Amino acid sequence: MITDAIIANSPALLVMIPLIAAFACPFIGRISPAVRNIWVVGAMVLTAAMALLLAGEVLSGGTVVYTFGASAAGMSIPPDSGGIPVRIVFTVDAMSALMQIIGGVTGLAVILYSIASDRRHTGLESYYTLYLLMIAGVMGMVSTGDLFNFFVFLEILSIASAGLIAYRIDRGVAVEAAVKYFVLSTIGAMVILVAIGIFYGEYDALNIAVIASRMQFTLLDQVALVLMIAALGMKCGAVPMHFWTPDAYSMAPSSITAMLVVASQASLYGLFRVVFTLYNVTLNAATVGWIIIVLGVLSMVVGVTMAIPQKDVKRLMAYHAISQTGYMLLGVGVGLAVLGNQSLLDAFGYVAMEGGIFHIINHAMYKGLLFLTAGAIFYRIGTRNLNRMGGLGHNMKYTMVFFVIGALAIAGIPPFNGFASKLMIYESVFMFNPILSIIAMVVSILTLASFVKVFHSIFMGPRLPEYADVKEAPAPMLIGMGILAVVVVLFGLFPGVVVDHLIEPAAQALVNQGAYISAVMGGV
Amino acid sequence: MDLIASLYTGSGYWNPLVWLIAIVVVVVIVYLIWSRGESGYKKGTLQTTPFISGNPEPEKSGVHIPGGNLYWGYTEALKGYYSRLVPLHTGRLNDYLLWYLGVTAIIMVVVVVTA
Repeated sequence: MITDAIIANSPALLVMIPLIAAFACPFIGRISPAVRNIWVVGAMVLTAAMALLLAGEVLSGGTVVYTFGASAAGMSIPPDSGGIPVRIVFTVDAMSALMQIIGGVTGLAVILYSIASDRRHTGLESYYTLYLLMIAGVMGMVSTGDLFNFFVFLEILSIASAGLIAYRIDRGVAVEAAVKYFVLSTIGAMVILVAIGIFYGEYDALNIAVIASRMQFTLLDQVALVLMIAALGMKCGAVPMHFWTPDAYSMAPSSITAMLVVASQASLYGLFRVVFTLYNVTLNAATVGWIIIVLGVLSMVVGVTMAIPQKDVKRLMAYHAISQTGYMLLGVGVGLAVLGNQSLLDAFGYVAMEGGIFHIINHAMYKGLLFLTAGAIFYRIGTRNLNRMGGLGHNMKYTMVFFVIGALAIAGIPPFNGFASKLMIYESVFMFNPILSIIAMVVSILTLASFVKVFHSIFMGPRLPEYADVKEAPAPMLIGMGILAVVVVLFGLFPGVVVDHLIEPAAQALVNQGAYISAVMGGV
Repeated sequence: MDLIASLYTGSGYWNPLVWLIAIVVVVVIVYLIWSRGESGYKKGTLQTTPFISGNPEPEKSGVHIPGGNLYWGYTEALKGYYSRLVPLHTGRLNDYLLWYLGVTAIIMVVVVVTA
């Protein structure tokens, strides 16, 4: 009975649990730090469990529609509403479920890591409050079927993220990075709000399914599309709107940087949701697809080439995050470019999209892992400067193993997860345009070269006298890294299972606009 | 059986378990070759000391090559590219906003003209 109620209300609980836990955190923290830690870890465990539970429901039974305040959760259109879903509706399809899994698993790994990595700092009640708000923001963004609601969760996520980037306020540059992130995020969100206003003025609706069913692709719709693409592209760090990324990623605590990767991917999800679910074939798919492809190629090339000369390990990794986002944009962009042509979609479009979507979850895991290893190193030696590191492999063996797993995965070396998704992208994109595929492969080689440098700089060489007494990272940090490393290895060893059960349904959910609309409107 | 399913990529497939088996076979072959090598090798003797034209071996802590020294040739060869790319990253918020607005304008023109 209780289990049924939990499953039935899981979309709401997914946001409510971190939200309530966040606002209670300052009060719980007054009892004792240990109780607070149990509280936040417990909340995150429940949130992750809820994400997995809901994903199971969606993948086995199809899209879940949850209407807030309705007598029945699935009743999205009240009888007296004139056929418009006036309430807030969460629409969780396979793509949303995938993003929820990413948020849940990464969020859990990061909070376990944070318990050790940030225990020496003050203001942890605020830290965990903002962290849980970040989780609520991500979960809300990827669950909601309402555009205004999407804007609200985007703002929650941006405000919480800005607070956490500036968390180590003793460093002026951290505050500067947070201000840059906050200003750009706010402007981006306002632009999205303008686009939502255009839709509301045109179609009298805020629900994605309703707007999608009425989409005409008028001049106003074209303007709204561009505003959404540019704002969400900037939020996910696409070149040449990426400049905030290395600033924010390098200055935030490493645990938060791992979650910022997920936050950026929530914006990427928003971008894909807009072009596929909101517009789909009404837009000029080839043009918009190529715009996304160009953003992707620029991100891949500029990201990796800017990473190679970096001397700050987190800044270097931040540029790699930009570069990897390029692969996702490339894969899904190719799928979009051939959206109107079923034969091309079947020949390579679906595989390209699956590769791009698979890369989202893979990237969240290995990039999160890499940022956590960078944080563990900073925790022990107090510097991020590669020129001042060396020989740490003697003392931090587990951290080194986790780093190697993450580095090989991001470079696309088999049998790790990054290889599987990149292979799908290479082969499918090659059928679309061989030059794009070759660029993607060259970027992977440069990524490997860059991480060889990082590996050598940090772990190789003789034991340096100043780091002779350095110890391995604390156990909770290793557990956090271990969770992500296990996912990286398992996804790499069994990619067929992941693609068949998780990625393919997500790609189908994006492409099949009709299924999304009918799930909400019941074929109206 | 589902667990060992191959990943199909449209024009090929990938099965990491086959790859792992191949790696194990290679490792076994390498081990067999290695085990037939010189058995008189002794650690801590002159056999393990590097020969640097007769010069004494420097302290190990003094020969570590820091990260900044790696890929010098690569960045030098691409000096023209980096001399244009790096200065674009000014760190100034005004520039960040201009890039964002500029990209928005370009996409706007492309989308509206081709619609």
